Amino acid sequence: MKKNTPLSKLYITFTMLLLYLPILVVVLFSFNANTGRTASMSFTGFSTYWYKDLLSPVTGFGTQLKSSLEVALWSVFIAGVLAILGAIGMVRRKVGKSLASKITYKAIGAGEQLAMLPMMIPELIMGISLMALFRLFKLPFGKTTLILSHITFCVPYILVTVKSRLITLDPSLVEAARDLGASPFKAIITVTLPLVAPAILSGSLLAFAMSMDDFVISFFVSGAETTTLPLKIYSSVKVGVTPKVNAMCTVMLGFAFLMVGGGQLVSAYAERRKELS
Amino acid sequence: MQDKPLLSIRGLKKSFDTQDALRGLDLDVYKGEFLTLLGPSGCGKTTTLRIIAGLETPTEGKVYLEGVDITSFAPEKREVNTVFQNYALFPHMNVEKNIAYGLRMRRLDRKTIKQKVKEMLHLVQLEGYEKRMPSQLSGGQRQRVAIARSAVLEPKILLLDEPLGALDLQLRRQMQGELKRMQKQLGITFIYITHDQEEALNMSDRIALMRDGRFVQLASPYELYENPVSAFAASFIGETNLIEGTVSEINGDELLLDIGGKTVRAKNKDWVQEGQKLCLCIRAERLRYRRQDPGHNCLHGKLVATHYTGSDRTSILELSTGQTVISRHTTEQEEKVNQGETVCVWWDIDKATVVIDDREQAL
Amino acid sequence: MIEKNDKKQLLAIPMGLWAAAFVGLSLLYIIGLSLLTKGEGFSYSPPLTLDNYIKLREKQYISSLLLSLRLAFFTTLISAFVGYPFAYFISKASPKKRVWLLVMLIAPFWTNALIRIYGWKILFYANGPINTLLKSIGIIERPLKLLYTEGAVLIGMVYCMLPFFVLPVYSSVERIDWSMVEASRDLGASPLKAFITVTIPMTSAGIMAGLVLTFIPSVGLFFISDLLGGSNTMLWGNLIQNELLKSHDMPFAAALSVVLLIMTAIVLFIYRRQGGEAESMVY
Repeated sequence: MKKNTPLSKLYITFTMLLLYLPILVVVLFSFNANTGRTASMSFTGFSTYWYKDLLSPVTGFGTQLKSSLEVALWSVFIAGVLAILGAIGMVRRKVGKSLASKITYKAIGAGEQLAMLPMMIPELIMGISLMALFRLFKLPFGKTTLILSHITFCVPYILVTVKSRLITLDPSLVEAARDLGASPFKAIITVTLPLVAPAILSGSLLAFAMSMDDFVISFFVSGAETTTLPLKIYSSVKVGVTPKVNAMCTVMLGFAFLMVGGGQLVSAYAERRKELS
Repeated sequence: MQDKPLLSIRGLKKSFDTQDALRGLDLDVYKGEFLTLLGPSGCGKTTTLRIIAGLETPTEGKVYLEGVDITSFAPEKREVNTVFQNYALFPHMNVEKNIAYGLRMRRLDRKTIKQKVKEMLHLVQLEGYEKRMPSQLSGGQRQRVAIARSAVLEPKILLLDEPLGALDLQLRRQMQGELKRMQKQLGITFIYITHDQEEALNMSDRIALMRDGRFVQLASPYELYENPVSAFAASFIGETNLIEGTVSEINGDELLLDIGGKTVRAKNKDWVQEGQKLCLCIRAERLRYRRQDPGHNCLHGKLVATHYTGSDRTSILELSTGQTVISRHTTEQEEKVNQGETVCVWWDIDKATVVIDDREQAL
Repeated sequence: MIEKNDKKQLLAIPMGLWAAAFVGLSLLYIIGLSLLTKGEGFSYSPPLTLDNYIKLREKQYISSLLLSLRLAFFTTLISAFVGYPFAYFISKASPKKRVWLLVMLIAPFWTNALIRIYGWKILFYANGPINTLLKSIGIIERPLKLLYTEGAVLIGMVYCMLPFFVLPVYSSVERIDWSMVEASRDLGASPLKAFITVTIPMTSAGIMAGLVLTFIPSVGLFFISDLLGGSNTMLWGNLIQNELLKSHDMPFAAALSVVLLIMTAIVLFIYRRQGGEAESMVY
């Protein structure tokens, strides 16, 4: 297999540069010493002025960060439970001979397809549909509707990662556990879950990031009182305020890189474990 | 053998979608015996084992353990344990924890568990390996852990699914002896699966030969070798010649066979009828050839090739009927015959059996 | 009676019920909603009517639809042409480098899209870096109007959608049996010919997944056009946004969404028909 030519290396570098250009700009301007009206546009020097009071409740993004975290943690947790149970139930399932069996099989299959749908259709549609649904049931828009919506789009991400790991799991391991005296429940707890743990973790990390960064769906289902971080950033960017937004963005970027790095470590660890099963 | 069987299978049938894996099996297994399920790939041996273990449910039929109908029992409720083909050791637990797993599930106290694990490690000669992870073990070691893990539960029956399949020849021979020793020492009833007939002959008290979801013959290794019930059974074990012929006459204990125009004598069996087409089964080491006509039971053939293997010589001869036969004999016994020469192929009547020709289709 | 084997799949019932309620029910509702009439404020009620759909034949909506489709199409096209070589070259890098390249590709994806679009906004400003740079080199005299143009929106969309194309293609390219390419070279094909006749077909599954994964979201994006295009670019998503925020017309917004849903369904249907699998879309 031929290695990369200098030309292709240039291509990669150039494309990567373009990819990071706007990010670098945002980060750069967060350190803008310019505290005047043109702070968002003309760069005068370096300073950490805009990082002050970043997390304070009133002038900073403190409340929004708190809201985003709350929503994300609840959503990932509940979505995780739903998705893990779903994955375990779906992988290598069999259908019986009776009519009741066949109907159940098809119904649960449809349930899975529906659960995966949020990942495959534009978020806009999900957002508006959820909003309409909540309206119908007269649910007040706020933290609850946010969490309910976030759970809905987090499930597919966790489901897919856990499923793909479960499929590669040797089925004879659970059979051996049953053979040795474990009830189906005990077998899942002592054998399946420990071996699937890395996938659960990476799926959860992914879902967490999706939730923290979600804009479109949150846009439609949040209320006046609850604003998440991305929503606040959106309104700030639209109006065109101070580089404080840049500072918040830079911090968020930092966390995102930490999480991606963390995700890499987890999957590297999982690869080593995978060789054994 | 005792009067009451430990395990009984009655009318066992299993179909998967369009395929019939098991077509009606009846079997009695007795306490303390080493029974082997032998047969070609796809004959249903693993399916049978899994049904006994409770990992599959039969479409029809029953399984009885000590008189109790366990057909619908879940695997964890049966006093039967399995050693899987790929060992299925839990990769996230060390050797000690793997072996202790079943004991943990039974909620035994820590002291007892530790004691039993220690004893088992001694039995399989893996003392000192407690804290090793499965990935750090060799194939043979993993296999022993798998056996220890199941045996420590003192099951009524231990099921082994081709446990030696993944090992190289030398290790396999060694482990065969080990397994036999362990079985005698533990006194557990073994039901063993293999497709290697030598292994089966070597280790078993009885062999159940299977084909296409049915039992062909259930007998001791000796019986299976000396008196195979059909051409398939004969050819599956050892090197055999199956010479096609037609029954021309029956005279009490003996019968006359027409093989390509020549008449030979053979021992009669009660199912034989005049005019029937069947096979004469002669083991390779019982078929001889020489230049001179011995006067009885001789077929003419041409020496096609010989292979020299030190102590043995294997000769391939083509009969005048066109059929090829194999003769195995020690180099001491041979008469120097040249390739291409026509010789007399002969055998001892007592050392040959007539069998039904079921090679094409299972009957 | 459910056989013993089946019991495990009952574990998936909570997930299924949740999805039935929050995905199935809400989608059904929105379809039904599009057939109702707008009332006071946000309310809506029968009579059932097709007015909302008939309204769509007005010129402004048709042109918005065409614009959205056109932008989505070009976004996908450009992402494909920029992204395919990118995926290809990544796969040819050394294993260590490959991991880092992928991390660097995915990392921005994990950050907020708004942040990245905001970055472009800064770049595009009249007094922003790009104009300042071009002015200082002397290429232009007066600042270019970069912001609030279709071009800006297109760049923003390609920027956001690129990873969606690269990743599925990459996983396809990674699995290529290179000996086939070598065989074609051995039989006399030039590097370019080998690439076109062997490599590309072998990665077709990844390409298809990439195209679908890029096109579908592109049609529904609205915040990119909102931030970078302003009122000059009314994409379908922006229409929906407006109907909800300004006109409070739920039924009409629902009808617009249903159109989007239909477009998505058509693309997914074609994808499935061509043998695409949902699972291959996830990396």
